[in-house]
Amino acid sequence: MRKGVVFLPLLQGEEELIRKSVDKALRKHEATRENLIPILLQVQEALGYLPGLAMEQIAAALKMPAVEVYGLATFYNQFRLHPPGKHQVKVCMGTACYMVGGRIALECFERRLGIKEGETTPDREFSLERVACVGCCTMAPVVVVDEHVEGKVTPTRVDGILLSFGKAIASGAEAAGKKGEGAS
Amino acid sequence: MRGNAAAVQERYLKLKAGADARVKALYSEPVIRVGTATCGIAAGALPVKEAFARAVEEKGLPAKVIEVGCMGHCYAEPLAIISRPGFPSLCYGYLDAELAARLVEDFLINDDPCYEFALVALEPNDVFPTFSDFPRGVYEQKIVLEHCGFIDPGDIDHYIARGGYGALAAALGKNPAEVLEAVKASHLRGRGGAGFPAGLKWEAAVKAGSGEKYVICNADEGDPGAFMDRGILESCPHQVIEGMLLCAYAVGAEKGYFYIRAEYPLAVERVRRALEQAREKGLLGKDILGSDFSCELEIFQGSGAFVCGEATALVRSMEGKMGIPATRPPRLAEAGYRGRPTVLNNVKTFAYVPPILNRGVEWFRSIGTEDNPGTAVFSLVGKVAHTGLVEVPMGTTLRQLIYDVGEGLANGKAFKAVQIGGPSGGCLPESALDIPIDFDSLQEAGAIMGSGGLVVLDEDDCMVAIARYFLEFTQQESCGKCTFCRLGTKHMLDILTRITEGRGEPQDLEILEELAEEVRAGSLCNLGATAPNPVLTTLRYFRDEYEAHIFEKRCPALMCKELIVYYIEPQRCSKLCNVCVGSCPVEAIYTREDGLKAIDQEKCVKCDNCLKTCPPDYNAVIKLSPPGLLAEKEGKRP
Repeated sequence: MRKGVVFLPLLQGEEELIRKSVDKALRKHEATRENLIPILLQVQEALGYLPGLAMEQIAAALKMPAVEVYGLATFYNQFRLHPPGKHQVKVCMGTACYMVGGRIALECFERRLGIKEGETTPDREFSLERVACVGCCTMAPVVVVDEHVEGKVTPTRVDGILLSFGKAIASGAEAAGKKGEGAS
Repeated sequence: MRGNAAAVQERYLKLKAGADARVKALYSEPVIRVGTATCGIAAGALPVKEAFARAVEEKGLPAKVIEVGCMGHCYAEPLAIISRPGFPSLCYGYLDAELAARLVEDFLINDDPCYEFALVALEPNDVFPTFSDFPRGVYEQKIVLEHCGFIDPGDIDHYIARGGYGALAAALGKNPAEVLEAVKASHLRGRGGAGFPAGLKWEAAVKAGSGEKYVICNADEGDPGAFMDRGILESCPHQVIEGMLLCAYAVGAEKGYFYIRAEYPLAVERVRRALEQAREKGLLGKDILGSDFSCELEIFQGSGAFVCGEATALVRSMEGKMGIPATRPPRLAEAGYRGRPTVLNNVKTFAYVPPILNRGVEWFRSIGTEDNPGTAVFSLVGKVAHTGLVEVPMGTTLRQLIYDVGEGLANGKAFKAVQIGGPSGGCLPESALDIPIDFDSLQEAGAIMGSGGLVVLDEDDCMVAIARYFLEFTQQESCGKCTFCRLGTKHMLDILTRITEGRGEPQDLEILEELAEEVRAGSLCNLGATAPNPVLTTLRYFRDEYEAHIFEKRCPALMCKELIVYYIEPQRCSKLCNVCVGSCPVEAIYTREDGLKAIDQEKCVKCDNCLKTCPPDYNAVIKLSPPGLLAEKEGKRP
């Protein structure tokens, strides 16, 4: 179960975009309860996330309370309620990854990006999540960056990945100042 | 009997002849098969495939490069099989783009198969060993994985040419009751985890009367550390489709669904393509193979909730609701999807059906044990040398599986435990390695068969931490319906977290055991009822580790962050090497006046990087637990 979500303010023109993608999804799927998950998945695919407005519109079309759509969206891990970063980092926390250092990789990303898992950097460049298991256990620990699977990720590799996206790595002294932020 | 048996058979044979001819034509020239399941792609199979294709094109060779699924030898990914008429088909591992280009040049042009890079040959021959010459090949017996990694999952003819859909064609000439009877007689037990006999489930759906019925394939593989179902759907989707059609025929259903996790995009893609091709060939849809049996199959994408692996929750989520389990009875076979009789089986269960009907009940029952016929499919991962997707007869011991099939532990470490069955399973110690793998023996030992995730743990893995890890998982995935599951697991998790952070109290173990019993008894579905298993088994077999954490504030495996410190041994440190200083992300390592390196404990974030990067010649970085040892060490400094 997830904690309550605070929706971010919409960008300019985003409202129109949301309306369009909801309409498109409703054209493809009949507006029935059984199609609710497929509709939500399609809207999320188009927008990258599920804004509150989209859920309200879908609820209206399916003639059900918006809170039920919200309940469903928060029940399933697949749905995200905040906008993704330009680059999405997903750290696998399956058993095999966890045991060989997935936690260490996650902490490295948190330290370098200055955010916690589930958050997006203020410049919306990177978002960081943990995922259950991507099924590549033999390559553990695994990190998925923008659909690209990276295997055997060490702290040095974390820096390498971020550098390849042009992220400036804070010098050690700066990073040291943030010490102790790593989640347990 | 439906329609004209002879006409159905004739139509199938025509399909088969066409497929045979196409595949034969393909293999009359060299063929390069590159394994591109998700794990292969992660290891870099796509650039390898491109390199093969480019080299073949540059040299103007008639060779074909095709994509196949997962062969199960994941440790050696990326893998490719090169078949050239006149040579045995050879499998190469650990490929990269350069090696691919070299193989094309040396093997396909200069007649040198480069045996030094080959792993294994597919057919018996005089020059190179085959699978059966390796320990793994001796123990492995492939039924479900038979075609995986050898055929193109995107081309239905490859499956048909290997006899695929033959069982369906033969069954359509028989009475549905005969198909049901065969599955019942085979004693096939459902491979989703609980081991309920598939035949009885099907029979219940038949007895539920006529009218609309549904068949659902459960591919909501959510266990962390398990990827068997993904591997099968990505490598040989048609075998599962055929199994589902046979089930639909036996129980009288005309509609079926694949429930696949949205986290498996490639599996969804390959099943979708397979369904299209089956429809084109008249093997799916209306009047299959000209009989009067019609069945339509569709894909439903799950949205990532572990509890949806539970049958009633899965069906509810297909109806657009939250996946919360319901009380049983009624069972799904009586009132399931849309309130109609529904047969829900795991991917592997369906995949067993075509081989059983093809080769007979007697053959199937001769494999495995009396009560557990057939094979067990495992994803063998963790600290084992040869990770991969393996299939062994039921009754094989865990020791054989880990030491013979998996070739023992990686990096020469000592075995500590094997975790079976994911969050619902348990950790078994060395002493339990000789128990046979089957549904009943594993349950007796405190673990469960589960869907087949098998994680090997070595001396560096802390058993308290792993118990905490699994409980954290189930706690997060609890749907919240039952109080004991919702709050009991949370309370257990808090206790375990305290213990791993060195704040454990003497009475904690007793409270844990008490809570575990209550959560088990007070939960409706198996998510809650089995959630305490990882804790109970580790308490049963590794109690001393819990006690070390609580009473000595020491982590014997040196894993729990709060209970360890990193230390550089002055006697071993080379003054001239600066690797650790450069590797530290927080500049906690400094050079002392005498040139030796030391760690500023205030700054250290325990990321393990210095220990990994210190050259093996020195191995100067060590971990100490409890942290109090540090003062003792530093007092002795030269």
